[in-house]
Amino acid sequence: MSFITGVGLTSFGKHEGLSSLDLMSKAAELAIADAGLTRAEIDGILCGYSTVSPHIMLATVFAEHFGIHPSYAHAVQVGGATGLAMTMLAHHLVEAGVVRHVLVVGGENRLTGQSRDASIQALAQVGHPDYEVTLGPTIPAYYGLVASRYMHEYGVTQQDLAEFAVLMRAHAATHPGAQFHELITVADVMASKPVALPLKLLDCCPVSDGGAAFVVSRERTGATGVRVLGCAQAHTHQHVTAAPALTELGAEIAIARAKAASGVAISDIRYAAVYDSFTITLAMLLEDLGLATRGEAAARVRSGYFGRDGEMPLNTHGGLLSYGHCGVGGAMAHLVETHLQMTGRADSRQVRNASIALLHGDGGVLSSHVSMLLERVR
Amino acid sequence: MSNDKPADWTTGIEAILYQSCGACGHVQYFRRGFCAACGAANLTEKRSSGEGTVYATSLVCRAATAETRAHVPYNILLVDTAEGFRMMAHGDNDLAIGDKVTARFTPFAGRLVPYFAKARMS
Repeated sequence: MSFITGVGLTSFGKHEGLSSLDLMSKAAELAIADAGLTRAEIDGILCGYSTVSPHIMLATVFAEHFGIHPSYAHAVQVGGATGLAMTMLAHHLVEAGVVRHVLVVGGENRLTGQSRDASIQALAQVGHPDYEVTLGPTIPAYYGLVASRYMHEYGVTQQDLAEFAVLMRAHAATHPGAQFHELITVADVMASKPVALPLKLLDCCPVSDGGAAFVVSRERTGATGVRVLGCAQAHTHQHVTAAPALTELGAEIAIARAKAASGVAISDIRYAAVYDSFTITLAMLLEDLGLATRGEAAARVRSGYFGRDGEMPLNTHGGLLSYGHCGVGGAMAHLVETHLQMTGRADSRQVRNASIALLHGDGGVLSSHVSMLLERVR
Repeated sequence: MSNDKPADWTTGIEAILYQSCGACGHVQYFRRGFCAACGAANLTEKRSSGEGTVYATSLVCRAATAETRAHVPYNILLVDTAEGFRMMAHGDNDLAIGDKVTARFTPFAGRLVPYFAKARMS
């Protein structure tokens, strides 16, 4: 058994003058305090990566900087799926009795620490060095390719995709830590600058500074426990050129395995936290996971299904699209928000009953997937 | 065989090459010394006809380097070739999914890249 016992999240946006280690430290301090623990009680560290400050041993760099001496520590790299992959590993580590309290941390000064061009270029390197990167694609172009095909196969329109950007912005507007608070409309998304068509600027998550952390423990430390029910991964390819058919992507495989591992059905889920690097990512993943049928997700957004008061509240902090995306910490914010919702601490964003939550992360170009189910225990 | 450089567009030569497995018949585009489907090492290198069908498109309007910015907008394609493998390439900006296309080669950001245009009806 394992529990998420504490969470920490900085605001996302500009943190002028703060390094990746500074942002990781801030989030870590918040998470440890939230778990009611001290630094000395943390015996495991898992951290992500920083494109601004790459290092071959980031976990020990962080441990030394932060002032702890863990018995287990290393970095994990699975692109956008890193946060949930670390959580899955932490879950298994505490279940196996290797450690008692694992600190999972990610943070990066991706916005102020390097130019936007440098960020875009660093990320484009997930493409094949000889057969793809030489053609000058960007991450939005990889997802633009996926979007064009998905729209073609399922009759999804650019206006449909825009709905997800509008929803994430509406959610971010109610979170003081979000990078963007100004409400937007479908027309705003449609009129935003073309980036890699069919994706436009407002279909894309921003580049942010920020940090997120949580503690995964063998026993709960608070009155309300958030237990990991089950998790699973699927890795079908790395490069978009080598991706399987859209109906055979990894999200469907990962969620099927996670459901089997946890005994949870989609109908049991009351809160969803789904990776949303682009509007197309969110639309596709919702449908892959079974939270909407093929081509139906946008209609469900329009009907309020994924709103705070809807049947399946989704990314109530605003997601990557509007809370922001600082790399590994970006998708970790989804878990932080889920924890706040499950423990009734989401302030004005609080949903009715987040008893069971589904989280899903995606790395690469829908390459690596992690699905996770959490349960509230009182 | 994977140790020699391929004589194709990735090294500046006007050709699209792929590998065909002598054991299982699998075809692969990303060059390696073994078949990714069955592991066999008896691969034959073949030259593609350059004929294919557009699988997906994305028109890049925001590029990240000075060299690529000079070319915007440029259309990135995934093309399903007649030989049965999928490849990334450039192509005409007005291409649509399902279009039958033929490859030529064009300079891009100091390199040679495959470029597809609508196939002539015969």
